Amino acid sequence: MSQLPPIEPDLNEAAAGGAAPATVAATDQQGNFELKEVEGLSQGRIVWRRFLRHRGAMISAGILLIVVLLAYSSEGIDALGIKIPGWWHYNYTQVANIANGGVPSWQHPFGQDSLGRDMFAVVMRGAQQSLMIVFIVGIISLVVGVIIGAASGFFRGWIDTILMRFTDIVLVIPLIVLTATLGRNFGARGSLILAIVLGLASWTALARLVRGDFLSLREREFVDAARVAGAGPWRIMMIHILPNAIGVIIVNTTLLMSATILTESAVSFLGFGVQFPDVSLGSVIGEYQTAFQTRPWLFFWPAAFIVIISLTINFIGDGLRDAFDPRQKRALNKAARKSAAAAREKARSAQPVEQTAQ
Amino acid sequence: MLTFLSRRLLASIIVLLLASYLVYILSANAGDPLEALRTSTAKNKEALIEQRIHDLGLNVPAPLRYFLWLGGVLKVFVGHFTLGNNISGTPVTASVASAAVVTIQLIIASVVLAIVFGVLIGITTALRQYSGYDYTITFLAFLFFSLPSFFLAVVLKAYIGIAFNNYLGDPHVAWWAYVFIPLAIGGAAAGVAGGTRRFRWITFAIATAATLAVVAFVAATDWLVTPTLGAADIVLVAIVATALALLATMLNTGLSNRKALYSALTAVAVGLVLYFPFLAISNQLNLWTLLLLGVVTVVVGIVIGYLYGGYDRRQSMRNGAIAAFLTGVVIVISRFLRSWHDYTQFVANGRPIATVGSGTPNLNDISTSFWIHGLDTYTHLLLPTVSLCLISIAGYSRYMRANLLDVMNSDYIRTARAKGLNQRTVVMRHAFRNSLIPLTTIVAFDLGALLGGAVVTENVFAWSGMGLLFTNALKAVDVNSLMGYFVVAGVAVVVFNLLADAAYSALDPRIRIAA
Repeated sequence: MSQLPPIEPDLNEAAAGGAAPATVAATDQQGNFELKEVEGLSQGRIVWRRFLRHRGAMISAGILLIVVLLAYSSEGIDALGIKIPGWWHYNYTQVANIANGGVPSWQHPFGQDSLGRDMFAVVMRGAQQSLMIVFIVGIISLVVGVIIGAASGFFRGWIDTILMRFTDIVLVIPLIVLTATLGRNFGARGSLILAIVLGLASWTALARLVRGDFLSLREREFVDAARVAGAGPWRIMMIHILPNAIGVIIVNTTLLMSATILTESAVSFLGFGVQFPDVSLGSVIGEYQTAFQTRPWLFFWPAAFIVIISLTINFIGDGLRDAFDPRQKRALNKAARKSAAAAREKARSAQPVEQTAQ
Repeated sequence: MLTFLSRRLLASIIVLLLASYLVYILSANAGDPLEALRTSTAKNKEALIEQRIHDLGLNVPAPLRYFLWLGGVLKVFVGHFTLGNNISGTPVTASVASAAVVTIQLIIASVVLAIVFGVLIGITTALRQYSGYDYTITFLAFLFFSLPSFFLAVVLKAYIGIAFNNYLGDPHVAWWAYVFIPLAIGGAAAGVAGGTRRFRWITFAIATAATLAVVAFVAATDWLVTPTLGAADIVLVAIVATALALLATMLNTGLSNRKALYSALTAVAVGLVLYFPFLAISNQLNLWTLLLLGVVTVVVGIVIGYLYGGYDRRQSMRNGAIAAFLTGVVIVISRFLRSWHDYTQFVANGRPIATVGSGTPNLNDISTSFWIHGLDTYTHLLLPTVSLCLISIAGYSRYMRANLLDVMNSDYIRTARAKGLNQRTVVMRHAFRNSLIPLTTIVAFDLGALLGGAVVTENVFAWSGMGLLFTNALKAVDVNSLMGYFVVAGVAVVVFNLLADAAYSALDPRIRIAA
């Protein structure tokens, strides 16, 4: 048993249970490196540092930021009565003469559609709308899901039963059916209303997860301690339990947002989402899906932006999950990993004779 | 257990009723069902409008009209089941039934393929955790997660469907196919193989060379146009079936178990002996006789394993059955391929991969051959199945990878290793089976959701299944059709959720449901 070699260096702590002296020393070494890294830091700082070190998440956050800046600066802002013009010299509703069959050129880098609209302007406006919908849906789902899940998990009893049956009612309707029907009802009133309605339909999964977390956290000692000290339910939920459930909440909201852009574009693609003359990335693709063979640029640019936004949010969610995961050991930077490996190697080679003698 | 299920069922029925009320109100308010008539130019427009208002009961407000509809549904207990009439006056039950059949046809193949490939990829990435192969697959899985399904569907149409059809018109293999396909397959094989650097390079070289040979063979014989060598097909069948039997034995019992190996090879040999008799009778077969032959094949495989005997008979029997089944599949595929040329020439006019619809219209006038009909179904299924599959595979493989990693770190795996079992037994017997348990839940959920139709995919490929029924009903504000759709979709979700719970507690003895 003590001869059992580590299966893989990364799973070292699992294999070290066999109590071979060499591996124990190595794990200690590795542990020291980790301890030194997080010494004197709050939980929030540790998570934040781990997140900053996640290369995929950081690159994704950068790309997403660029996309947001590009979309909002080029076409300007036109929402809630505020109008700020952007730097791009075409507007998404503006119809110009079709030059050269709408093939992309310096004048129209993404080409022109069959009406003569500049595709760059259309795609940027679509990206704006899609991003706006994603963020509003994220925020609304976050608020509704956390409130329902927290109340359900904390109070239990009949409140839990009623809230969870209500969640089941929303959950039993397939998401695309619910969103398409809601979109058909409210889509014509503008994309902001559509976003709010979609948000009111997509909080169910989050509510269930938050409930599960609250159910287990409310049985912990620190909650008893707070209750003994005289804290009311509101204070216990907000100050004591919620910070402990924040990892689950943030990660799942991020993943929900990346799913939302796909749902929104699917609904708009089917024609039940954002309505003409306004555009979203999905509705642009839905409008031009038959043009794919002859004028692929009408199709590829909006699709590329959907994929970029969805992929980057997914990677950010992955990075957040790793950062919040206490078992995660791979956040050590490369130099620290290398020296830990060297220390392990040294410890192993130090006692080969005694090892075989046992 | 029974009390638990019945309580769950009761709660689900109430949930379904309330959800259907919600859907009814939402869809009734979604627009004006008379819009098409109002703008029509028919002379008796007023009368038509009156007629439709009367037929659909539109003068009853929606919150009450629901109960009229519910009354029709509840007549199921007295044998007058009705879901009402749709907007053009025909019963909804008929259109829902035909749509459900089309959707089931569409999703079965995609779910089965997604499970097989998802599990395979999940296992290999978990066993080669943090390798280059793992990272590549992880990135690809994220990419497919992030792809809108309609984008994937349209791209597949253009780059697989149309491009393949064009290739058949002018069968000429481009230079890049000789370079990139072998390199990609070789790289994947090396990634899966793992082990020392030397071993990986050897694997890479062998896999690349083998793939290159296959590509050259395809190019030299125009295989994709006429995928048959006449009587020499039996040689190909022998090679493929033997390779599959060896692979199955390797994973199942290990090649050192000679009795199991010989049962598998004997099963292959029996299959090859029966190859020409099978071809001779193949024109008289239909789906049911073919399935019967499949059962017979498996039984023959079991008998072969039994006759080889040995101290662990069941291993040989299982292995013989698997090998017999795989050989049968290879032979059936070979029979299909013999009809391929006829199909492309006489049915599909040289463009076999269909991009719309679920079958060639009036196929029965052209041919009644079971094999031609089968090929027609496959070519229509191919693109929608692939586009549904790729996204599911991404999800299943990530899930399977996480499961297997979890299981591989558990105590009973350490016990198994401590007993001195080899890697194959530990992975295939102890880890693999247990890591499949959580997957059943996910698959059951997915099946329930998919029975509601792959809405977007069906739209792109014009499959008249549940998804298209739903979108058309919503566009026309055809409330009864939409509710008919929701009855099937909602019941499917509820039933499969129940099945998932029941299956989980049946498979995992640690889970006991407290009634």
